[in-house]
Amino acid sequence: MIIASNLTKSFGKLKALDDVSITCNKGECIALIGPNGSGKTTLIKSILGMVVPDKGFITFNGKNIHHDWEYRKDLGYMPQIGHYPENMTIEQVIKMIKNIRKQYNTVFDEELIGQFQLHKILKKRMRTLSGGTRQKVSASLAFLFNSDVLILDEPTAGLDPLSAEIFRKKINAEKQRGKLILITSHILSDLDELVTEVIYMQEGKVLFHKGIETLRQETGEERLAKAIARIMQNNKV
Amino acid sequence: MKKITRYVIVDILRNRIVLAYTLFLLIISFSVFTLEDTGEKGLLSLLNITLIIVPLVSIIFSTIYTYNSAEFIELLVSQPLKRRTIWLSLYYGLSTSLGISFLIGAGIPIILYQPTTTGFVMIGAGIMLSVIFAAIALCGAVLIRDKAKGIGISILLWLYFSLLFDGLILFILFQFDDYPLDKFMIAASAFNPIDLSRIFILLQMDASALMGYTGALFRNFFGSGAGSAIATVVLLLWIIIPAWLSVRKFERKDL
Repeated sequence: MIIASNLTKSFGKLKALDDVSITCNKGECIALIGPNGSGKTTLIKSILGMVVPDKGFITFNGKNIHHDWEYRKDLGYMPQIGHYPENMTIEQVIKMIKNIRKQYNTVFDEELIGQFQLHKILKKRMRTLSGGTRQKVSASLAFLFNSDVLILDEPTAGLDPLSAEIFRKKINAEKQRGKLILITSHILSDLDELVTEVIYMQEGKVLFHKGIETLRQETGEERLAKAIARIMQNNKV
Repeated sequence: MKKITRYVIVDILRNRIVLAYTLFLLIISFSVFTLEDTGEKGLLSLLNITLIIVPLVSIIFSTIYTYNSAEFIELLVSQPLKRRTIWLSLYYGLSTSLGISFLIGAGIPIILYQPTTTGFVMIGAGIMLSVIFAAIALCGAVLIRDKAKGIGISILLWLYFSLLFDGLILFILFQFDDYPLDKFMIAASAFNPIDLSRIFILLQMDASALMGYTGALFRNFFGSGAGSAIATVVLLLWIIIPAWLSVRKFERKDL
């Protein structure tokens, strides 16, 4: 579904992406793991068309996304830090995004809005929201359109345990429906039951891209966190 | 495109600066027309005030607004929208609200006190200047990431167009007064939309003495009709070129 070929992107001297090639297919739930500054967010932003790579290209359903914009109708994106117009209320933001995408979607998935109890605070302005509530808004917006592809950048970092659990359940449900889900996270325990594939990035390069079962067999560890730790210790990649 | 433009305009109206600007223009226009004994004179005084204020407010408000919309833009970029649409909507929203402000603030008094060709030309020129400086502001804001720097540059640009440019022209004139500089001066005036608007309005007014050097040359060279036509075309270019440049830049920008 999403194929990135030889992506390279530099910000000044820093090489954020260095010849990155990945393939993501329908029904997979992919964890994008790596230390801070390893290029995970840049990779995600390139897929979203927010960052234009210096070299290489990305295809979405077989179409090159360069100069394309309509493919984003099949994308739900939850940013690491949600930036929203500060003066708008939650309700206005949701309405606006719905209005923008209404030519592609008529049915909206408002399950998360309900479960996160957002409907009680719809009149609150965005600037008054706490970091966690903002994340709930971002999450609700990402899932609102039943998109085929969900891209979640550090989704559970600011959520309380209860909300994180709701969120995990939602991701799982969407996975069952055969959607492609791309998650970056540092909280590996959150990902354990969810992911089917792991992409490990370091210094702008993809070190490995493996199925979770292969990873478990190779390292002999059941938990993802331990498996990754084992790999980093042995450095056998 | 329309949808987003509407959101931008609603947002601009909600932040009351534009309303204050409209009110300010209204007060100034009415007081100028009531102070001067003839309408023609009033128009002339109003001209000098608007040529300073309109570009200043347009460029600075647009710059600050664009920087403050960074979040809004970021939110929209991840949606199925063309980048060009997002940026142009912002531009249309800004120029519409600034244009309407001028139309109400200066247009109504002009229509009441001086409903002549000159008056209408002045309204047109004021709206053009609003749109031009909004375009220049967008150009600056897309090129410079840092907000403080961007606002500083926009103030400098305004200073350059409204004060420094004339000084520079005079300086060149005195340094090279042995050479025939007529054609050069006419060409040079095309590089400053404020100067051009002034000439444009004064060409209608029959006030050659006030036109300044470039204005007098313009009239001699083109006559009123052709001069106005050329001035209009160049002013339109001042709208199109910065807007086009900023769109091009925004389409390639990393957010």
